Amino acid sequence: MRDLQDRLTGGVATPDGEGVALAGLPHSAAMGMRLISTENGEAVLMLPYSDRLVGDAATGILSGGAITALLDTCCGTAVFAAKAKILSTATLDLRIDYMRPATPGKNVYAHAECYRVTRSVAFVRAVAWTDARGKPVATASAAFIVDRKPEDAP
Amino acid sequence: MTETGAHSDLLNGLSASIPYIRFLGLVFERRGDEITAMMPYKPDLIGNPLLPALHGGATGAFLEITAVTQLVSDTALADMAAAGGALPDDYAPVMPRPIDITFDYLRSGKPLDTYARAIVQRRGRRVANVRIEAWQEERVKLIAAAHGNFLLSNAAG
Repeated sequence: MRDLQDRLTGGVATPDGEGVALAGLPHSAAMGMRLISTENGEAVLMLPYSDRLVGDAATGILSGGAITALLDTCCGTAVFAAKAKILSTATLDLRIDYMRPATPGKNVYAHAECYRVTRSVAFVRAVAWTDARGKPVATASAAFIVDRKPEDAP
Repeated sequence: MTETGAHSDLLNGLSASIPYIRFLGLVFERRGDEITAMMPYKPDLIGNPLLPALHGGATGAFLEITAVTQLVSDTALADMAAAGGALPDDYAPVMPRPIDITFDYLRSGKPLDTYARAIVQRRGRRVANVRIEAWQEERVKLIAAAHGNFLLSNAAG
């Protein structure tokens, strides 16, 4: 998975703090997302709490949009982690259920699992949480279109 | 202050209530009760630098905030009418919270300005169902659409 790590992080290791910055994905990097781990179709990302990403200044709760961006990135990363020969992916659709507000001041973690990859489509589910994985902030279910390297075509 | 002025101030003030609006750089325009949201292009909205294409997360967040803004605007117009045409100085809208949203990504988002509008399909006492569409160069060529439910009252957790 060295290739994948390089692709997402721009080959730049940033060991400060937890995980590495997603420098290869400009918008994710701007939000401050960190890649914690990838393996066998699974990915774990972390979004550090930031005042810039708040959706309601009165409460300090992160915007639902920020959670959406985190889950979308995490799902896409899990697709890449599912098969070594995937060239690119694009989100087809993404459904998000918002279970509870992200706890203000806390980092948000996301875990995505790509559970099926066909010739052209990958199916992924994901969960995001702040305090405990068993108390999800949001869950996601997504389909991605995938482009494979030619030699990997079935 | 004119009725329109008070309402415009509310829309402009939203970015103070929602810091994420400033992060994405969103601006809003009102024609009657219809809000058009714009996400001006900037490099850090990119998700795929090779194409390049906008990050699906940025587009998704933009659609979601467009829905929230339309709902807040509708509430403010109704409150304004109920109060005889003016909003109190300390008026603070209740922020609608997403319950669930489904995003369809129809075309790759180019490195261009993106526009969006929300259509409130049904607004009940507690829940509003909203459809949102985003486009770039041509209104009919949507780059993304979404539909979702938003919780309007604080009563239900």
